[in-house]
Amino acid sequence: MTTLTLGGAINAGLRRSLANDDRVVLMGEDIGTLGGVFRITDGLKAEFGAHRVVDTPLSEAGIIGTAVGLAYRGYRPVVEIQFDGFIYPGFDQIVAQVAKLHRRSRGTVKMPITIRVPFGGGIGAAEHHSESPEAYFAHTAGLRVVSCSDAADAYVMIQQAIASDDPVLFFEPKRRYHVKGEVDDRASLADAKPMGIASVVTSGTDVTLVTYGALVQIARDAATAAAEEGVSIEVIDLRSLSPLDLGTVADSVRRTGRLVIAHEAGQQLGLGAEIAASITERCFEYLEAAPVRITGHDIPYPPAKLERYHLPDLDRMLDGVDRALGRPNSLSGVEA
Amino acid sequence: MTPSDRIATGLLTRPDGFAQLITPEGERRADPDLDRWVVDIDTEALRGLYRDMSVLRRIDSEGIALQRQGEVGLWPPLLGQEAAQVGSARALRSDDFVFGSYREHGVAWVRGIDPADVLRVWRGAASSGWNPYDYGMAVPQIIIGAQSLHATGWAMGAKWDGSDAAAVAYFGDGATSEGDVNEALVFAASFEAPVVFFCQNNGWAISEPVGLQSKQPLAQRADGFGVPGIRVDGNDVLAVLAATRVALDRARRGGGPTFIEAVTYRMGPHTTADDPKRYRTDDELADWRARDPISRVGALLAASGLDLETLEREVEVEAARAAGELRASIATMADPEPMTVFDHVYAEPHSHLDRQREQYARYLAQFDDGASGATEGGAR
Repeated sequence: MTTLTLGGAINAGLRRSLANDDRVVLMGEDIGTLGGVFRITDGLKAEFGAHRVVDTPLSEAGIIGTAVGLAYRGYRPVVEIQFDGFIYPGFDQIVAQVAKLHRRSRGTVKMPITIRVPFGGGIGAAEHHSESPEAYFAHTAGLRVVSCSDAADAYVMIQQAIASDDPVLFFEPKRRYHVKGEVDDRASLADAKPMGIASVVTSGTDVTLVTYGALVQIARDAATAAAEEGVSIEVIDLRSLSPLDLGTVADSVRRTGRLVIAHEAGQQLGLGAEIAASITERCFEYLEAAPVRITGHDIPYPPAKLERYHLPDLDRMLDGVDRALGRPNSLSGVEA
Repeated sequence: MTPSDRIATGLLTRPDGFAQLITPEGERRADPDLDRWVVDIDTEALRGLYRDMSVLRRIDSEGIALQRQGEVGLWPPLLGQEAAQVGSARALRSDDFVFGSYREHGVAWVRGIDPADVLRVWRGAASSGWNPYDYGMAVPQIIIGAQSLHATGWAMGAKWDGSDAAAVAYFGDGATSEGDVNEALVFAASFEAPVVFFCQNNGWAISEPVGLQSKQPLAQRADGFGVPGIRVDGNDVLAVLAATRVALDRARRGGGPTFIEAVTYRMGPHTTADDPKRYRTDDELADWRARDPISRVGALLAASGLDLETLEREVEVEAARAAGELRASIATMADPEPMTVFDHVYAEPHSHLDRQREQYARYLAQFDDGASGATEGGAR
C-alpha cells in the first residue's frame, strides 16, 4: 500500500498502463512537457518519450478524431480534455464516431479510447472550467462513462478504462485531485472490482443516498452528520454512470425504502432522473416516499462568487434526506 | 486592385519575415507600403500610443498583484503584447465591433471599457463586465477560437446591411489549430465578409510553442483560404496600426477579410495559475525583453527631441492613478446576491427554472441570514 493523491493515483495508473502495453499512447494539450495543467501526466513524457506522451495542437476535434484513426490501427489512445467545458469541439467526433464505429463496423473495429475529463466545480474557476457534462455522454449509446471519487478507485479504474475494448469517458473530480488516500499499487487488475460496479461506501438503514465523483465525500460527511440525529444514511458511490449499477442501488433501496440522488450537473434529464425512474420501476412497492434529487440548478455554471449557491452541499443533501424521510424540510407544505 | 489590396498580398515577401516601422532600438524604418498609412502619427500621436501602452502595462501588473493578494481568482497577463493590442485597437472606428479572447484587456482599454469591468469577471463576481453594444466589443471568449466565427457572422451582417463597419476577431497562435478559426476563414472568404482576423502570435499556447501548431508562418496559412495574410512585428505599435488600417480599408471597400499575424511574445505566464519556467528558457525571455514594445517608442520619441524623462514622469502619474482606481474598485464589488444565480438563463419565463428558483428561495429562507446554509461542504 502507498499513499497517493487522487491525481497522483491517476498518474500512477497511467504509468502502469504505458509500461504494460506499448500500444497505449497519451495525447492532449500541454500534457507532455508541462505534465498537464493539473500535472496528472507529470513525468510521463520524460519516462516514456514524446511518441508515447504527445503534446497536440489546440484542437479537441483533432485530438479525438486522430485517436479514432490510431484506434483503427490498434492503438489504445488515452486523451486528455483539459477542462470539462472544452470538450464540445470534440463532441461530434465522440458522439458520431467514437461511440458508433464498433457497431458501424459490425464489431470489426474496436475503439478502446479513454477520454479523461477533469470535471465539476468548487475550485473558483473561470467560465467553462467547472462543468458536469457527463449526462450527454451517458445518453449516447456506445460509450461507457465512469467517475472515480478517491485515490484507490482512481488508480484501478483508469487502468480498467484503458484496458477496456470500449470507449470510456473517464470523469475526474478535479476538486479532489489533491486529496490523499491509500492505494494498493501492487494489486492485480484481474482481482479488482470491475469499474461497472457501484460501491456502498457507508452502510445505513434509513435512506439510500446515491452520488458519484466529488460529492461522494460530501455524502459521507452528510451521513456522519445525520447519524448524530439518529438518521442512518447508506451512501452509494455509483462509479459507473453508463452502465448504471442499478442492482446495487435497488438492493439498498429495498432495505431503506427511500432514495436520494445527488449530482453537480443540472437536474433536468440528468442522471438523477434516470436513476429515479429505473429504481421506481424496480422497487415501486418498496418505496416509502418519492425519490429526491439534489442537483445543481438548471443554469449555466455561475461565476465563482456564486458557485456555493449552485453546488449541492452537505446541508442541501440533508434537506433532501429530510424530504425523503417526511421530516420537516424546505419544501414542507409545498405540493410536489 | 486598391492600394490596400496590393499591400495585403505583398507583405509576405519582406526579407526579415515581417513588416516593421520602428526597430527594437527605436529607429524609424521607412516602408514604401506602410508609411502612407501612418502619416498622421506625429510626435504627439506617438506620445499617445506610448502613454496607452504604459498605462496598460501598469493596469495589467495590478491585475496580477490583485490575484496574488486573493482579490481576483485568476488573471491572464498581456505583458509584452501592448503594441499588438493598442496598435490594432487604435485603428478601429467606434462603430466597428471587436470579438476578443480573454487576454484583450488592452483592446478593452482602448475601446473605453473600465478596467474594473474587466476585473470583476476574473474576480468571479459577474459573468460579464460590460454591455457589448456600448463599446463595440463582445464579452470575452474563453473557448479557444470560437469568437472568430462570431466576428465573421457580424461582418456578414454588416455587409448585408450596407454598412462599411468591420469586425475584428482577436485570437492567438494556438487558436489557429481549432476548427472554428479555420471554418471562420472559409466563411469569411466565401462571403467576402468585412472582418479582420487579428492573430497575436505570442509564441506560446500555455506550454506549447507555436511550432507545434504550424510549420510555417501563420499568415501564410490564410492564403490557402483565399484570404490575404499580413505578417507584422507585433511589438511595433506603428506597424501594427498601419497593418490594421490596411486591413480595415480593404474591409470597408468591399475587399473582404484580411488575416494579420502580429508576431509578439507573451512575457508573463499564460495565467497566474501557470508556471512558464517549466517549459521555456530565461534566454528566450531576455531575447524578447530586448524587443520590448514600449521602450522602442520611448527611444524614438527621445531621438525626435522629446524630453523622455518628463514624459515618463507624466505617464507614471497617470499609470499610478489608473492602478489605484482599479485597486479601489475592488471595495465596490459586492458579491452577487445568491438568487442571482437564476438570472438571465432565459429571456422569457421558463416554468421549470421558475419553479426551481422558488424552491431554492424557500431552501435559503430556512437559514437565519438567508444564505448561511450554502456553506458547509460546498465550494471552498
